[in-house]
Amino acid sequence: MDKLLLEEIYYLMVLGRDFEYAAKEHYMSGDISGFLHLDIGQEGFSVGAMKAFEKGDVFTTYREHILAIARGIEPKGVMAELFGKSTGISEGRGGSMHLFDPSHFFYGGDAIVGGHLPNAVGCAYARKYQGQNYGVMAVFGDGATSGGAFFESLNIASAQKLPLVFLCENNRYAIGTKIERVSPFEKQAQKAKPYMPTVEVDGMDAIAVYDEVKKAQEYVCDGHGPIFVEAFTCRFEGHSMSDSNSYRSSQEMSICKSKDPIKRVRKKIDPSIAEELETRAQKTVDDAIEYAKNSPLCDTAELKKNIFTKEIAHVVS
Amino acid sequence: MLYREALNRALDDTMREDENIVVLGEDVGLYGGSYRVTEGLYAKYTQTRLIDTPIAELSIVGNAIGMAIGGLRPVAEIMTANFALLSFDQIINHMAKYHYMSAGKITLPMVVRFPQGVSRQLAAQHSESYEQMLCAVPGLVVLSASNPNYAYHALKKAILMDDPVIFIEHELLYNKKGEVDFENPIDPFKIEILKEGKDITIVTYLKMCDDVLEAVPEIEKTLNRSCEVIDLGALNPVDYEGLRKSIEKTSRIVMVEEDHKTGGYGAQIVSWAAENLFYSLDAPPLRIAGADVPIPYNRQLELSSIPTPDSIAKEIIKWGRQNGL
Repeated sequence: MDKLLLEEIYYLMVLGRDFEYAAKEHYMSGDISGFLHLDIGQEGFSVGAMKAFEKGDVFTTYREHILAIARGIEPKGVMAELFGKSTGISEGRGGSMHLFDPSHFFYGGDAIVGGHLPNAVGCAYARKYQGQNYGVMAVFGDGATSGGAFFESLNIASAQKLPLVFLCENNRYAIGTKIERVSPFEKQAQKAKPYMPTVEVDGMDAIAVYDEVKKAQEYVCDGHGPIFVEAFTCRFEGHSMSDSNSYRSSQEMSICKSKDPIKRVRKKIDPSIAEELETRAQKTVDDAIEYAKNSPLCDTAELKKNIFTKEIAHVVS
Repeated sequence: MLYREALNRALDDTMREDENIVVLGEDVGLYGGSYRVTEGLYAKYTQTRLIDTPIAELSIVGNAIGMAIGGLRPVAEIMTANFALLSFDQIINHMAKYHYMSAGKITLPMVVRFPQGVSRQLAAQHSESYEQMLCAVPGLVVLSASNPNYAYHALKKAILMDDPVIFIEHELLYNKKGEVDFENPIDPFKIEILKEGKDITIVTYLKMCDDVLEAVPEIEKTLNRSCEVIDLGALNPVDYEGLRKSIEKTSRIVMVEEDHKTGGYGAQIVSWAAENLFYSLDAPPLRIAGADVPIPYNRQLELSSIPTPDSIAKEIIKWGRQNGL
């Protein structure tokens, strides 16, 4: 892999982890509220996938801070959103779970598990219709692969030969329910096999994720129809801040943490450059926190802004 | 022109002008639509713009949302309101909320069309009305078409505007005839006064407009009073100013609707009138609505579960006599 690209991936992973730890800290101190789903431990997956799929539309779930940042969305806008400030990228209306930025072709933050998959399918239809050639990627967890929206999406994307990458982050747990307890398969790609080719990748290896997603994007853009990529990961934290992670043994957690994706990439980077990147990442997160803290609160007079577009706002009293 | 032809014409006229407009749904393409609304369009616009979908309502709406995000203007057809329930996650959690949750960054120029209501003995799973649920969701524009002229202009407007629109049709109106004035677009967000009067304002919409108009001569003759009949057209947002003018003139409001009375759509209109026009009213508001019962198959039971011209006349006459008319 290109040296500069690898360094960028490393930087984004460290930035992502620092961001998540800062978010955790400010959740504990009360600056951030609601549901907060941390991506610590899965940075290799999130950054590898987003760097590979640099162009093209991305639809994600609610565990999307690092995906958003890796896509190029300013960390300060994301942090301000977590703080519920008017300078947040969703102006404090969405919070942690709903980060949208069409200017980055990022439709993140769907909190209905699997609910964004039909949207990704529709967008892929639009891109094919327009003759645009980057394709669309839907990122979802193993927990999304048992619902109706998932199977409908496999069916339609395949029948219509749409340029869509189904990227499954299999961290083996739907909140506290181990996937094997509710699915007949250990590997959820089994469910997609009748519809499209499937690929497996070590989700704790950022470079491997990058390579497979890159190939997947090329595949769908060549007009072959959709593809299913399953990345096996493990999260270092509970499902959200309200999850004590009691369902995983200390032995399981130590195996999980031994796969730390950041340590794996750091070994391949010049240590002095790594340190420099780490300092820069920490500074960026500190700045994001300062920005979020000092941003104005939302104006309650604007409560009803954006229920409808301006076009019919006058009709609504 | 028939109601279904007016809808077809609205699709055709807009699709001709803008190649971003696509139609998707079950049997909308090759087959021409279950109610023939899309008849002939497949031949003109091909399968890339008249998209036949599998029977997967969640995806029909969910895909339309994604298409709109991707820059198209999709018009999704759901075969009936009853099947639209399968797409309610997409309608409520996604279609209604993306614009607000994204601070206005995402706009969804899309329409979801479906017919609803009691037809002829289709039984409980094919006869429901769901405007009350959809109007309770902030972020959705809800329009209801009671006649060909409104159907044409309102659907055209719905397709061309940037907000997500639920466009409600009625199973029994597809073959209704009426003039369409193509040259003079109407504002679909304004009430239409179907008949002027000075003593009783009867507010209604969709197919009940016809039933009310049929009942009115009997009511006027018996009570010796005149009725003003209002078609709401837009169910959300509501033209409350238009309603206010009529009710202040007549001092009386009767709400007629086909959906179930408990939690029915008209409850909102009557509640608004009670809160805002209480001192203008000379009689308590009257609500005439469907019974709180799953719609039965048997024709006599079916008809007794919803307002009919006969029952509307009887109820209004009884209410009028109790209240000094």
